Amino acid sequence: MPDPIIVDTATRIFADLCEPAVINAAEEGRWPEALWNALEENGLTLTWVSDELGGAGAEMLDGFAVLRVAGRYAAPVPLAETLAAGWLLAQAGIAAPQGPMTIAPVYEDGNLRIGDDGRLQGRSRDVPFARAAQHIAVLAQRGGTPTVALIETTGLAISQNTSLAGESRDTVSFDGAAVKEARPAPDLDLAGVVRLGAAIRTQQMAGALEHILDQSVQYSLDRVQFGRPIAKFQAVQHNLAQLAGEVAAAGAAANAAAEAIAQAGVAGPVVEAEIAVAKVRVGEAASTGAAIAHQVHGAIGFTREYSLHHATRRLWGWREEFGNEDFWAMRLGRMVVAAGADELWPTITAGS
Amino acid sequence: MSTRFEFDPVELPPECTELRKEVRAFLKQEIDAGTFSPQGGRNENAAAFARKVGAKGWIGMTWPKQYGGHERSHLERYVVIEEMLAHRAPTRHYSTADRQSGPMILRYGQEEVKKTILPRIASGELCFCIGLSEPNSGSDVFAASTRATKVDGGWLVNGRKIWTSNAHNADYMIALLRTSPPTKENRRHGLTQFVIDARSKGITKNPIINLTGSHDFNEVVFDDVFVPDLHMIGEVDEAWKQASAELAYERSGPDRWLETFQSLVELVRVSGGQPDDRVALGIGREVAHLATLRRMSLSVAGMLQAGKTPAAEAAVVKDLGTNWEQALPNQVRHLAPLRGDSTPDINDDRFEQAQRYNTLIAPKLTIQGGTREVLRGIIARGLGLR
Repeated sequence: MPDPIIVDTATRIFADLCEPAVINAAEEGRWPEALWNALEENGLTLTWVSDELGGAGAEMLDGFAVLRVAGRYAAPVPLAETLAAGWLLAQAGIAAPQGPMTIAPVYEDGNLRIGDDGRLQGRSRDVPFARAAQHIAVLAQRGGTPTVALIETTGLAISQNTSLAGESRDTVSFDGAAVKEARPAPDLDLAGVVRLGAAIRTQQMAGALEHILDQSVQYSLDRVQFGRPIAKFQAVQHNLAQLAGEVAAAGAAANAAAEAIAQAGVAGPVVEAEIAVAKVRVGEAASTGAAIAHQVHGAIGFTREYSLHHATRRLWGWREEFGNEDFWAMRLGRMVVAAGADELWPTITAGS
Repeated sequence: MSTRFEFDPVELPPECTELRKEVRAFLKQEIDAGTFSPQGGRNENAAAFARKVGAKGWIGMTWPKQYGGHERSHLERYVVIEEMLAHRAPTRHYSTADRQSGPMILRYGQEEVKKTILPRIASGELCFCIGLSEPNSGSDVFAASTRATKVDGGWLVNGRKIWTSNAHNADYMIALLRTSPPTKENRRHGLTQFVIDARSKGITKNPIINLTGSHDFNEVVFDDVFVPDLHMIGEVDEAWKQASAELAYERSGPDRWLETFQSLVELVRVSGGQPDDRVALGIGREVAHLATLRRMSLSVAGMLQAGKTPAAEAAVVKDLGTNWEQALPNQVRHLAPLRGDSTPDINDDRFEQAQRYNTLIAPKLTIQGGTREVLRGIIARGLGLR
């Protein structure tokens, strides 16, 4: 179980410093300085980095729990990405710098190389928060060996793009980039990085789903039509009950993925299956859940002014990242079929 | 404000691993011996099967030893139940008593009844049915009007129960009966629960054949049926207070998401080693739902083990689980080798048998034990909407 003190600290910071106005401003390009500084000062940005490497040395589950809270508040900062970058650097024993970071590539078939001149070659698409990051942790090949490298963003050619939620998803050209530090990580591959990314996104989505349930329930109790709160109409109640079920399923599935990684790291078929289950189930919950939240809210929820879209646009964006439902369902299906019919039930019950 | 339902992870204790192996070995032996088939069919000798399970110590597992129980945990019981269901073992002779009637008697029954009846449930001998629904009282449980009138030494029962599963095989019924009119303040007041000997004088059981062609439902008519005082459960007129615990037990178990599981198993079998993208994707999606449901259901078992009464959480699991298991046979249809030409001959009776059986039973899954609409009402109450 995650440490309640860490979770409470994160919750307090987001509640104080991640108001809807901050999220809107971030989307317009204003960096949420106060929010980021508070997270950093409280040691929440390097949760997955040991004390020796400059981090907070907390458990994997603590970091995932903080990301759940961050998702709940639609935090417009690269907290997840910085955690992932710290984790990636730590896999190769590289100390983590302060400041916002991100990772690259974010696809399994990403192709970055460190040449004989010690410089990086290649290009990565859809790098989250690249323009806001001070460093990028990359997984590249050097002479055929997976190698983690720390790159400063200053001077990189970054072509700006955004997600559905207005968060940066940039294309970064690394050709000729100087490597600040690089060390081999022979046991790591991009598939493992993608698995971690998928587990991270499921936590953020589970958090965002929790938020839209809270927000929709409250709205239904406040909004009066036909002389009573719309929460009193059975049709609305049943929609919200269904939303609550999707939220609960998403939370359970996301936690299963987090626990799998906390126990066994990012490699191996068992973790792969748990990540697949989570990304499929949470992605479906995001689609169903966001639709219900909007239906309950009516026209106001479709406005820019009202904050529901901070969560729902993120859900629609995050469900695509690090493999969408179809990507993972196909993998999971192939694994299940390859194991055979008589192994299906033993597989379902294997974890516990 | 927080409206979330929490489903904390549960790690099964080590003794569950050994137990699971034991149950699997037992089931394999029974399947190989032809006692039952995982794909369905209703010719099994459920009473004989119950005796075997009772002899293994797998009925009344959590009950005190003094009443024939085995003092094992809810999680161990959970393992046994999910293995039985995943293999579609014929548990119907004892499952109602094990899941609901026994715990009810244990909690609210009188000592002598506990001593005489519970050990016979645990041995696999006794079969129970539940007398809840009436012609004018379905989802509206507290509208029951079958009367129990006080007489010397007991009660006289008159009226009718309907949709009573397995009444024709049952030794006892736990019935919800009207002992007083409802009050203005509380329409749930005035109902009392009784254990009724299902072979008592004055009881007539009329079969109702369901759409699968099976005899499961019954109409049970009571004509001056005498029930001794000893067989009253809990307090007079206050049965509604006992209902929520029972429903938490009933609503979250593996039977609320595993009923049609064999359709998925057989789909995997006929998909061969190299499924196309469409089939792989479809199977992956169903497995993702299944794995998540199982985790949530196990979590509720953990809450029960911790002594909680997770009524809303159980309703969430049942709503998600029954909707999923109900939709599954149709999803499997769409993922099966294409029909319409003769080339992709599945040539596997098991697939066809599982699909036929599960397609026919699908409609009942979101009705029995609380309809989808009732469940969503309970969840909505948990959200603070009513």
